[in-house]
Amino acid sequence: MTTTSGTLPTRIPARRRLGLSRREAIVGYTLLSPWLIGFLVFTLGPMIASLYFSFCDYKVIKPPRLIGLANYQRMLADDLFYKSLTVTAKYTFASVPLGIVVALFVAVLLNQRIWGVRVFRTIFYLPSVVSGVAVSLVFAWIFNYRFGIINFVLGLLGIRGPDWLGRPAWALWAFVLMSLWGVGGNMVILLAGLQGVPVSLHEAAQIDGASAWKRFWSITVPMISPAILFITIMSVIGSFQVFTQAYIMTGGGPANATLFYLLYLYRNAFNWFEMGYASALAWVLFVIILACTLITMRGSQGLVHYEGA
Amino acid sequence: MTAYTGARRRRSVTRVLRDVLTKGAVYLAILPLAAFIIMPFAWMLGSSFKPIGSGIKFPPQFIPNPVVFTNYPYVFKTITFFKYLLNSLTIVAGVLVGEVLSASVVGFAFARLRFPGRNTLFMLLLATMMIPYPVTMVPTFIVFRLIRWVDTYLPLIVPAFAAPPFAVFLMRQFFMTINRELDDAAKVDGCNEILTLFRILMPLSMPALTTIAIFSFTANWNDFLGPLIYLSSADKYTLALGINYLRSFRGGGDLAPQMAASVMFVTPCVILFFVAQKYFVQGIVTTGLKG
Repeated sequence: MTTTSGTLPTRIPARRRLGLSRREAIVGYTLLSPWLIGFLVFTLGPMIASLYFSFCDYKVIKPPRLIGLANYQRMLADDLFYKSLTVTAKYTFASVPLGIVVALFVAVLLNQRIWGVRVFRTIFYLPSVVSGVAVSLVFAWIFNYRFGIINFVLGLLGIRGPDWLGRPAWALWAFVLMSLWGVGGNMVILLAGLQGVPVSLHEAAQIDGASAWKRFWSITVPMISPAILFITIMSVIGSFQVFTQAYIMTGGGPANATLFYLLYLYRNAFNWFEMGYASALAWVLFVIILACTLITMRGSQGLVHYEGA
Repeated sequence: MTAYTGARRRRSVTRVLRDVLTKGAVYLAILPLAAFIIMPFAWMLGSSFKPIGSGIKFPPQFIPNPVVFTNYPYVFKTITFFKYLLNSLTIVAGVLVGEVLSASVVGFAFARLRFPGRNTLFMLLLATMMIPYPVTMVPTFIVFRLIRWVDTYLPLIVPAFAAPPFAVFLMRQFFMTINRELDDAAKVDGCNEILTLFRILMPLSMPALTTIAIFSFTANWNDFLGPLIYLSSADKYTLALGINYLRSFRGGGDLAPQMAASVMFVTPCVILFFVAQKYFVQGIVTTGLKG
């Protein structure tokens, strides 16, 4: 607003202005350098390197030796690769939709004017800050066949609970259930979305005689669809990176029923030092995640509603 | 007139009734879910005061009887808890400094300076958020092994100085909301870009910096895979590794001491959360990042 800053540039001769903008560019790139260097050293470089290693036999002690597509061919015949892919895919297909539905349900509940709503929001978000080892340890106990609380509660309801972590048919479901414990993160994003839905839209629809259910599907869901798309993509990416829980609670067992992809990749790289094969696994993971993201984005076109500006 | 108010009263009575019913339904749905969320915390805390061997007790009890306090000293005796704590704090502090500094500088460049390719580079930065850690994990390890950084804290700290994309994004968004006239005034007073950033913009950006600091703390405090890959000698373990290490001891493998260690492990994050809940929510909503 001050006249000085408004008129000053026009008085500067053209040559000097050019010098200024060049100086600004130099300063800009300099300040950007931590990220630029980091991008090259910790992201782009490693990605290219791992692509190269994926065509190599590389067991750390000896330098990498090019072996063409052998790692990828080996993958095609590797039962554990298929197993880990199936486990991860099953987990994704179960935990992501379920997680979103539950998160949306909780967000809608906590968007009501009820007493203690802030306390509830805090409770639901709390698991997001304690993920990891401690949670895995406590859940391993909670899921215990004979002494865990889940089966105790089921017993009170007259249901004989399964040996969650001991039976291949149930172990993955224990992980899905555990993932629901962390819905708070998604819930907060959806809640922010819900709070951004204009009340006037609901009022107008109500006057037109739309039921609450109809209003939810015709107003609320379209209005928060960008948030739903976003958490879908992030949840899929996250579910391909499950590691700590599986490493601590089951070690991938029983009978590889919880051999998550990242756990298998970790073992190849850091237990068996199969760096070449692990790099190939990492690239396949990257392509899968990229494909999932693109498919989700494509598939959501026409379903996701973006309010102008 | 009376008929009118009567109808209105009837309508308001049904409305109140409906309101009560709706709220009742909401509580009916939310309470069991909230109980499910609270249960592991309650179980962890309660079990940390149970006698050793209570892991194989039926029916499971939430309230310990008898209450024993021996599990906590047991943890200190079995693993070098305070050493691990110090190790964790070292890494967390290093990462914190790195993230705050680099994200401010890079965020400032994206928010305030004009240079060719700025928007493309910013899109690239956002795109890198989508690259999963496992993809770069193996070659990064090989590089760190080559320069003999394995089994030091450097591979866990140094990458934080390379401006993690979510932190940059947060800082850039925040800087954009600060009036540019402040920069201009600083320039007139003879401040260069760096001084403007550190003297004018950063003090005004405490909310964004706090958000970054909090996320950085919880992420690195809880990190398991990173330390698992890079730290091999037991005296360098972080608390996350140390608690897992507890399981390998005879007796330490008992559930009650594990819960005591877990309680001590999660307490700082829980306290931080209660103190700074506002910043957590803000951070998630702006960046979509989950803990």
